Amino acid sequence: MTNSWTDIKNTDLVVVMGGNAAEAHPCGFKWVTEAKANRGARLIVVDPRYTRTASVSDLYAPIRQGTDIAFLNGVMRYCIDNDKVQWEYVKAFTNASYLVKDGFGYKDGLFTGYDAEKRDYDRSTWDYVIGDDGFVVTDPTLQNPRCVWNLLKEHLAPYTPDMVERICGTPKDKFLKVAGMISECSSPTKTMTSMYALGWTQHSKGSQNIRGMAMLQLILGNIGVRGGGMNALRGHSNIQGLTDLGLMSHLLTGYLTMPTEKEVDFATYMSTRQFKPLRPGQTSYWQNYKKFMVSFQKAMWGDAARADNDWAFNYLSKLDVPSYDVLRVFELMYDGKVNGYICQGFNPLLAFPNRAKNTKALSNLKWLVTLDPLDTETSRFWENHGDFNPVDTASIQTEVFQLPTTCFAEDDGSLTNSGRWLQWHWAGGTPPGEAKHDTYTIAQLFLRLRDLYRKEGGAFPDPIVNLSWEYADPNNPTPEELAKEINGRALSDLTDPADPTKVLVAAGKQVTNFSQLRDDGSTMCGCWIYSGNFNEQGNNMARRDNHDPDDTGAYLGWTFAWPLNRRTLYNRASADLQGKPWDPSRKLLEWDGSKWTGYDVPDIAPTAKPDEVGPFIMNQEGTARLFARGLMRDGPFPAHMEPFESPVANVFNPKMRGNPVARVFETDVAQLGTSDEFPYAGTSYRLTEHFHFWTKHNRVNSALQPEFFVEISEELAKEKNIDNGGWVRVWSKRGEVKAKAMVTKRIRPLTCDGKTVHIVGVPLHWGFTGSAKKGFGPNSLAAFVGDANIETPESKAFLVNIEPSTAPKDRGASA
Amino acid sequence: MNMELSRRGFLKLAGTGVAATSLGAMGFGEAEAAEIAHVRPFKLTTTTETRNTCPYCSVACGIIMYSKGDLRKGETADIVHIEGDADHPTNRGTLCPKGAALKDFVKSPTRLQYPMHRKPGSDKFERISWEDAFDRIARLMKDDRDANFVATNAAGVPVNRWTTVGLLAASATTNETAWATFKFAKALGMVGFDNQARV
Repeated sequence: MTNSWTDIKNTDLVVVMGGNAAEAHPCGFKWVTEAKANRGARLIVVDPRYTRTASVSDLYAPIRQGTDIAFLNGVMRYCIDNDKVQWEYVKAFTNASYLVKDGFGYKDGLFTGYDAEKRDYDRSTWDYVIGDDGFVVTDPTLQNPRCVWNLLKEHLAPYTPDMVERICGTPKDKFLKVAGMISECSSPTKTMTSMYALGWTQHSKGSQNIRGMAMLQLILGNIGVRGGGMNALRGHSNIQGLTDLGLMSHLLTGYLTMPTEKEVDFATYMSTRQFKPLRPGQTSYWQNYKKFMVSFQKAMWGDAARADNDWAFNYLSKLDVPSYDVLRVFELMYDGKVNGYICQGFNPLLAFPNRAKNTKALSNLKWLVTLDPLDTETSRFWENHGDFNPVDTASIQTEVFQLPTTCFAEDDGSLTNSGRWLQWHWAGGTPPGEAKHDTYTIAQLFLRLRDLYRKEGGAFPDPIVNLSWEYADPNNPTPEELAKEINGRALSDLTDPADPTKVLVAAGKQVTNFSQLRDDGSTMCGCWIYSGNFNEQGNNMARRDNHDPDDTGAYLGWTFAWPLNRRTLYNRASADLQGKPWDPSRKLLEWDGSKWTGYDVPDIAPTAKPDEVGPFIMNQEGTARLFARGLMRDGPFPAHMEPFESPVANVFNPKMRGNPVARVFETDVAQLGTSDEFPYAGTSYRLTEHFHFWTKHNRVNSALQPEFFVEISEELAKEKNIDNGGWVRVWSKRGEVKAKAMVTKRIRPLTCDGKTVHIVGVPLHWGFTGSAKKGFGPNSLAAFVGDANIETPESKAFLVNIEPSTAPKDRGASA
Repeated sequence: MNMELSRRGFLKLAGTGVAATSLGAMGFGEAEAAEIAHVRPFKLTTTTETRNTCPYCSVACGIIMYSKGDLRKGETADIVHIEGDADHPTNRGTLCPKGAALKDFVKSPTRLQYPMHRKPGSDKFERISWEDAFDRIARLMKDDRDANFVATNAAGVPVNRWTTVGLLAASATTNETAWATFKFAKALGMVGFDNQARV
């Protein structure tokens, strides 16, 4: 989230699209209710299903899953056509006026530079015109036909209300009502917030869905303001934290990135990362990359990371592919190229698409280790559960270790919520049986491996034997010790560059925050964006002052938000070019003539003059990008793409399937279905009574929603002779599920490109362990293909067929 | 007769500031004793309160856990109740149908208690000691890393990739656990290292 849960009360219009906050994030959704009750805010829901969020909306519009870009492009077009643009914001704070290179264009659903064989674009034309002074050439009058604004208008032109109806199935009058309400938020004193979740990410073009809304929010001037923003409602309690800390194949901590093979040494690695400003006087904060990177290397390898060995740069792996993401790893596993796997608090057998493939992949492992507080299907993938896990146990040669861990109630530490608040919590219960903290288990494995490498030697022991492991009890690092490492400390006295006699931070002391980090090896810091979490003031994540001066919803004294305790990202954009708030009643910051003051920590140097330095300091431009240059693989503007499995062809290019640059593995191509064989549009979702595959272990939640079902319309039920509550079989090219049918009015058939499209809703939450009845999930059906930029699987749009059936065998609860 | 109500009513009549002990002086000693014998003590009076955060979605509602026994005193602590934290700015004491049943997660019959081991081809898990499990897993990792580690590419550039063993990190562990896990995985050169955010 750019903003926070408590900030939502400040909005005038909530758009929930690609999510269902009332059911999936109920206690966060209460801030929507607050805004409605106290500000007269309105709520729009755009979703294939009439969800419980929709049931309290002011306006609901149906949409076919996987067509959000067409809808959002249509809304942007409407706003521009009707002069509903916050012009001052767009001109000053976006790249609307920047000129784009000749040669860039878009035709037949494709941008310039497409190579069908490589499934990739040559993105060299997707860039700005650079002047002799080294800066981007701009046309502040927006007259030049090659400026971003005019190229955007041209790109959006086909997305008329009729086209939106044709692609999305949203009736034109409904679409126009939505667009009309949204466009009113172009006023500087009206704000809209976007609340989205996996309904937008789980597509082969998920990143572009989000980008579409981000662009709309920029056009309306809604980024950086109270009650505005792009608010990703993360699905798990610390998925934000694990991303921030870089527990991903392509990342290091704090969005530093893993090197590739082409980056043969540290200097080469740094050469593409210290971004110079593209406009005069801009901050381009990533110019500090080296300070964060060297401090990170020092946190990892201490004295073994030195200037004369490139800060141990070669201790890091160098990638030969964009990422070894989970889809790639399971593909390798399926191919027999992975021998061992460790699953920490994760249930991939039910979480990744194409369950049959996952089962085969796991069966190819020599060994599997799972760490969980609860029993999981993954740890028992080898166990036969009749129709629910029809495996040949004896033939599976995988050795499995199921290790019990503590749960939230039994450990101390911090979780980062969607609003980037790092909240500390305390253990209150004794772990059951022999369950151990993950930190203990990881330490045990590490210490054993280190001993083995010290004794026996082996493949490149250096990064292992030199890993910094300075804990009072190496067997059991404490959460406080780890949090302090994340914050960082001075390794030698840090003196004031202006006055070398003045020591700013003494050796061994915690740095106050990342502004004190250095690139000369005199500081260490595990994760720069978190720095400030645990400094010499103490554990700032444990702060519990819930005062909120003037009821802004900021709560600056409550725990710690990254970065620097800032609650609203890009908050400098809440004020105009003179530094006055666009909306005085919703002031966040104000320029007092010499510095920024207000309710939040400024997202800019506190003395940066308002008419000189742009608010988007992480971008080389200092502005936000309506045109993304070559930074996204599938286009600098969002363009309509169908899901890989779609009931209709792409109207812009009927031959194009899915996202033209998304990676598809050979084995999966043959497993993609077509609408002749699988005529219905399947989708997946959560229920409010359950959390993933955990709460089926709880008796209360298992009683509330005991049994797997699929949801279909009355029209489809009639067509297929399916009774409400009757058994059905739903199958895709990859697998089948048996479920009870829930026939509802919540799902209605849509008309897309002249064709009736029926939707089949498949909730997750069931498996073969726990207290609920045994059941299936959508991953038995969904396709093994990911987003072109980040490889999030397309679990929200796939094709199925359905017929009346009989009950599966052995469906009693296992516990 | 509802003793609690009648007592409250009596205190109200007797005026504020009248301590319960003065009831005896006023000749109600027996009634007081009878009342104590009759009223079940409030379930949470002798429990320890601990602040925590709901582990489910990313709203991260504040919760209060009530336990019999206090971990900070070195005692065994048994969680008997969990409720919303009214001081928390986001949830202000409320919980959803999942959060309201959190105690059932802590006390689930399928909570794992002991390290278990499944031999190749076997149809069951068997107990294994922690020490044996750690020794065996470390050995398996070391042998595989030594056999399959890619130290350099064809051009002789150090690439340090271990692709044959992967690690999938959790979405509900603490940042501190995540950092320890990160150090472990990246130091070993595991490139197939991802977390739930991917899906």
